[in-house]
Amino acid sequence: MKKVFTRPRSLKDIPTHYCPGCTHGIVHRLVAEVIDELEIFDRTIGVAPVGCSVFAYNYFDCDMFQASHGRAPAVATGIKRVLPDRVVFTYQGDGDLAAIGTGEIVHAAARGEKFTVIFINNAIYAMTGGQMAPTTLLGQKTTTTPYGRDKDINGYPIKISEMLSVLDGTAYVARVSVHDPAHVIKARKAIKRAFEVQLAGLGFSLVEVLSACPTNWGLSPAEALKWLAENMIPYYPLGEYKKPAEVG
Amino acid sequence: MAKVLMKGNEAIGEGAVRAGCRYFFGYPITPQSELPHYLAKRLPEVGGVYLQSESETAAINMVYGAAGAGARVMTSSSGPGISLMQEGISYLAGAELPCVIVNMIRGGPGLGNIAPAQSDYFQATRGGGHGDYRVIVLAPASVQEIIDLMRLAFDLADRYRNPVMVAGDGILGQMMEPVELGEEEDVQIPPRPWAATGRMGGEKKLINSLYIVPEELEQHNLKLARKYALIASKEQRWEEYRLDGARLVLVAFGTVARICKAVVDRCREEGLAVGLIRPITLWPYPQKAFEPLMGKVDSFLVVEMNLGQMVEDVRLAVNGRHPVHFYGRCGGMLPVAADVVQEVKKLYGGGGN
Repeated sequence: MKKVFTRPRSLKDIPTHYCPGCTHGIVHRLVAEVIDELEIFDRTIGVAPVGCSVFAYNYFDCDMFQASHGRAPAVATGIKRVLPDRVVFTYQGDGDLAAIGTGEIVHAAARGEKFTVIFINNAIYAMTGGQMAPTTLLGQKTTTTPYGRDKDINGYPIKISEMLSVLDGTAYVARVSVHDPAHVIKARKAIKRAFEVQLAGLGFSLVEVLSACPTNWGLSPAEALKWLAENMIPYYPLGEYKKPAEVG
Repeated sequence: MAKVLMKGNEAIGEGAVRAGCRYFFGYPITPQSELPHYLAKRLPEVGGVYLQSESETAAINMVYGAAGAGARVMTSSSGPGISLMQEGISYLAGAELPCVIVNMIRGGPGLGNIAPAQSDYFQATRGGGHGDYRVIVLAPASVQEIIDLMRLAFDLADRYRNPVMVAGDGILGQMMEPVELGEEEDVQIPPRPWAATGRMGGEKKLINSLYIVPEELEQHNLKLARKYALIASKEQRWEEYRLDGARLVLVAFGTVARICKAVVDRCREEGLAVGLIRPITLWPYPQKAFEPLMGKVDSFLVVEMNLGQMVEDVRLAVNGRHPVHFYGRCGGMLPVAADVVQEVKKLYGGGGN
């Protein structure tokens, strides 16, 4: 019988520690499928962050680094400068990339570092217990904004894709979502483009993925996907914010 | 080969290149600027990469990436910048990555000043960042010694898969001295089967310092401890100067050791039996230098450009068997030879207790 669906080669056949309804698993799979499809598994090096996806280094079967909180773009810079013919990606959450690691992501983008960033935006710090993230929406309740995020106290959520797309060093910046199958397919397309941009040596590429965190949002998996679509997408519009002419 | 005149900071750069280092990541800070200036020109000549980072935090993490990818790599900074790097140095130690970190120590705490100091001794020799680890620390005292120690720094980093710090001060970095560079060798960097360079058909490699299971982290800590014990037993380095029959022994490193050599000479001319131990490795501390002197000397005088940091290691080495005194200047001020001579005279023959 013909096998029509199988685990990507680039993912290890082990259980993950992610919560039920967490979308990290979907995004891991998309990245792994793209690595397989582009036939770059053997020369790909990934960088895992600090946060829920810290153990990404156990799940991706390529060579991996574990980086300190927020510094994955600096680590990836060091790797790529030493091994320019390898494919390098970082996988970072919103606390990692959009708070403590803003310096590193902005300057890696500005330098046009030729690696790919997968940026998971779930509007919360999940690993540490559901605290406010830089991407937490106004009014959103978290363990450190029990009355809802207040602009007068906490300011406004950061729009990373919009910010980075104005930098000359970025070649490809897209924001996607994985709240339903149609969007998952679009997300896969964007991730593939980001890696293709890297392979073509065109510059820095980043895909922001709007993701669900049912555990820390206090919602069921199905409710969480609905909440994402209804609340996050209006504030974080989807689309390709920047793309080189070469990828059409 | 004829001698050439070089600044200490430039000598670090040339020494690194001659040791096979091809990657430098760093952020500007005084008083080590001549080093990045030198390497920004020099590294592209040898096919290497010089990259100015957005911060010291980024620089040390670029070092982490480059080292994990198998490169001979270096960064440099001074006090405040080294403080910013400490998290990254802890990760490098935890992941057992070889690299060289230069600290041209300046006055502190806080912004302090840009004048020479030795006030980062504790930070350098006690690990510096979080967790239970050690960094090998080399303290050159001349521009020539910088050239010689840079090769050793990279070799030790590789041999033990551990960060190595080269600790100098503003004077050493800025002073010009004639140096013998010797013939440029074709350096063969030892193989790095552990490096994460893409699988290329091989086993998966992981550069990591996370051991979430306590039993596993304890095993990792104990493995590191065995490595540190091996380093401590094999890599102690020091210079002895006129220790023959010495009653009072000065202990000083780096720039201060040069001042103390003049102190020793002056004291000897005046008939005082004074000698010097100059630690070259600050960690591992050269405890072995002290053993032969036990029971044969009256006392030790530790001279530093700080409020008394290395003096604690001398006291540990002497372990109560002789008095250990301290004389220091700080804030960027240098000990003056005449003042140290006065201090020696005060203590010589049992005074000052």
